[in-house]
Amino acid sequence: MTVSAADSIDPGVPLVTPDGRPLKLALAQATRRARIRAFALVVPLLLFVLVTFAFPIGQMLYLSIHNPVFSDHMPRLTAYLTEHPDVQVPGEEGFAALALDLADAKKNRTAGRIGTRVNYERPGSNSLFKSSARKAAKFKGPPYKEKLLEIRSDWGEPHLWNVMRRASAQHTLDFYAAALDLTHDENGDLSQVSPERRIYVRLFWRTLFLSAVIAFLCLLLGYPVAHLLATLPLRYSNLLMILVLLPFWTSLLVRTTSWIALMQSQGVINDILVTLGIVGDDGRVQMMYNQFGTIIAMTHILLPFMILPLYSVMKTIPPSYVRAARSLGATPLTAFIKVYFPQTTPGIGAGILLVFILAIGYYITPALVGGSSGQLISNQIAFHMQKSLNWSLAAALGAILLFMVILLYWVYDRLVGVDKMKLG
Amino acid sequence: MDEPTAFVEFRNVQKSYDGETLVVKDFNLAIARGEFVTMLGPSGSGKTTCLMMLAGFEPATHGEILLGGKPINDVPPHKRGIGMVFQNYALFPHMSVAENLAFPLMVRKIPAAEIEQKVSRALEMVELPEFGKRRPAQLSGGQQQRVAVARALVFDPELILMDEPLGALDKQLREQMQYEIKHLHETLGITMVYVTHDQSEALTMSDRIAVFNDGVVQQLATPSELYEKPENAFVASFIGENNRLNGAVSSVEGSVCVVDLDGGGTVRAAKVNVDGVGARASLSIRPERIELAPESGSMANEFRGRIEDLIYLGDHIRVRMSVAGTDEFIVKVRNTASRGNLKKGDEMSVGWHSEDCRALDPIEV
Ligand SMILES: Nc1ncnc2c1ncn2[C@@H]1O[C@H](COP(=O)(O)OP(=O)(O)OP(=O)(O)O)[C@@H](O)[C@H]1O
Ligand SMILES: [Mg+2]
Repeated sequence: MTVSAADSIDPGVPLVTPDGRPLKLALAQATRRARIRAFALVVPLLLFVLVTFAFPIGQMLYLSIHNPVFSDHMPRLTAYLTEHPDVQVPGEEGFAALALDLADAKKNRTAGRIGTRVNYERPGSNSLFKSSARKAAKFKGPPYKEKLLEIRSDWGEPHLWNVMRRASAQHTLDFYAAALDLTHDENGDLSQVSPERRIYVRLFWRTLFLSAVIAFLCLLLGYPVAHLLATLPLRYSNLLMILVLLPFWTSLLVRTTSWIALMQSQGVINDILVTLGIVGDDGRVQMMYNQFGTIIAMTHILLPFMILPLYSVMKTIPPSYVRAARSLGATPLTAFIKVYFPQTTPGIGAGILLVFILAIGYYITPALVGGSSGQLISNQIAFHMQKSLNWSLAAALGAILLFMVILLYWVYDRLVGVDKMKLG
Repeated sequence: MDEPTAFVEFRNVQKSYDGETLVVKDFNLAIARGEFVTMLGPSGSGKTTCLMMLAGFEPATHGEILLGGKPINDVPPHKRGIGMVFQNYALFPHMSVAENLAFPLMVRKIPAAEIEQKVSRALEMVELPEFGKRRPAQLSGGQQQRVAVARALVFDPELILMDEPLGALDKQLREQMQYEIKHLHETLGITMVYVTHDQSEALTMSDRIAVFNDGVVQQLATPSELYEKPENAFVASFIGENNRLNGAVSSVEGSVCVVDLDGGGTVRAAKVNVDGVGARASLSIRPERIELAPESGSMANEFRGRIEDLIYLGDHIRVRMSVAGTDEFIVKVRNTASRGNLKKGDEMSVGWHSEDCRALDPIEV
């Protein structure tokens, strides 16, 4: 045992500087200035990240549980439903609140929005709300229940009231339920939606599956290329590197469109196949607007993200390792499997993770070449953002996607270790 | 007699990487079983290339390489059964030390129990019995070096190649490892081909040394022969310290020739590597074979010289003089009591025997 200088000092006596100040204090003062300056340097970046990244994500997450439409525009009914938590189909008092709120909705032109919100869970509610609001605006007074039931007998339906009760909550997990193809049945219990409306879970699975296929294809295609890049003499490897990076310099849209030009049923590849007589003119191969198209185009687009981390790892593996393995008696294959390949796993991990995560959120390419069978979950998110305007559902789908990515990252960290990853 | 005397043999081997220049030109070398042969030469002289051809990683562009009497030009590296230690050790970083050592045994499909036993024996041999579980990165340079040697030895190859295995170590450790490698060679009786550009390493370890320059073996001889009897001017100047005097041969008398120096004066020298009367020659004289102020007439060659510089080195004094037109003439003087009074600027005679002065091929500077 050697005793170092630090060990030999009695820990009970605090160290002091020559002028008598405690050493710890002196050190803290000396480092504080440097820390403050360093912090000041990162403040702009920190603000930028907060404003453009953390804040929008936070807002999106909030949007996925925030449910203000019904309670904002139907205040009386919301108040009534909160006061009477056990009532199913209410009596006159509840119907009065409903009728007055509907009349206001007609006046404020919000009946459509409310109807849309209820329609998420109960199809047909949109027209119910619009027409009822129009008529309720003309009511002179009670009995509201009778009058409303007269307009549409639907108002006596317990299911509708269950839906309205849930819709009146300010915060809800219903969007997450919807994003997982779940809904509340007549009794208010969670259950799967009818088979023809189950789309999201299948889409999530498909997204995961296609992303995995794409990542695997990228690995298969990218590994030899990266190896060549790392081992070729400089002048060839530079040229190859330019070819690998070329896709980055072309617009995504141009690349995707050229895939369409190549692979559509009247495209170049099919024309060649027909000319060569391999397929008949009526038997042209459908390579676009389906999963096949999505896989091909996305593999091409994401390939550089696999090659670059692989390359940066392979570049650091000196050829002497494989030579050593060969001289020790390993066949080329054994040397590759036992010695070369294990040393490239940090690059493989990084490449797979990168490609997979990028693929999970890909949007433009599947939208252009995916047809209906090649759509990914992000296309549904875009649909709810732009067309159906159900932002909360879009947010819930997005949040689930985000959660999946984080989960994957965590699994990767447990299995491989993120610190072992080399991105380039 | 079918049994060939040479275990490893290079026959007229040539190598070119680019098809334009020969990196190795007509390389011939025969190594006996159990011998320790070193390839010594300046950087870029083709040593590694020769070793790589022997190990099978570079094809020879011409000529034959034989191992145990059989040509191995077409045998892939993993079938040659040659152990190799690389300059940077090339220990597999993702395997523990024990796994590294087990690797050559594992690929030979040796039973696990036997592997374990051999690995622990190999670790003991290099005095690292406790280090099996560590990763190579957790070892010091010297320990890594030993593991690399152990890995090359563990599958009992008959031939071990080492390419500057000690290049990355500091001087003290290098000397210790030189001793250990030499010791292993002696106890195991294996054949070793060793590459270095450090001449003292080559001199202390080798049975024979092949001095390389410019893709050609300049001389293949035992260390003492290389030092005492260099056959050409490159070897003379590359191995050890050497005084060179240039001149032209004026007459030859048997094994002795007389050379007229460019700087004036004539020298009688051993005729080793000169063409004959009239040819240019460079004379090589070892500094410790020169005597200061010899008894007049006792030596074949005597010159006047002036001391330019004295360097005190403890056991000897290194004296730089101007003699016969050069001021880089070095004399090593044993540090005896009588030699204490040498001074800078002193004029005195220097002398050497004709057999200590070798007339070699000319190198014009
Ligand atoms: N893979 C290669 N391709 C082309 N030229 C090469 C290659 N390897 C070596 N050379 C050239 O061959 C010559 C001999 O190289 P080699 O590595 O054999 O030298 P060396 O004697 O081992 O030198 P050092 O002591 O520096 O290791 C050098 O001029 C080198 O530039
Ligand atoms: Mg070398």
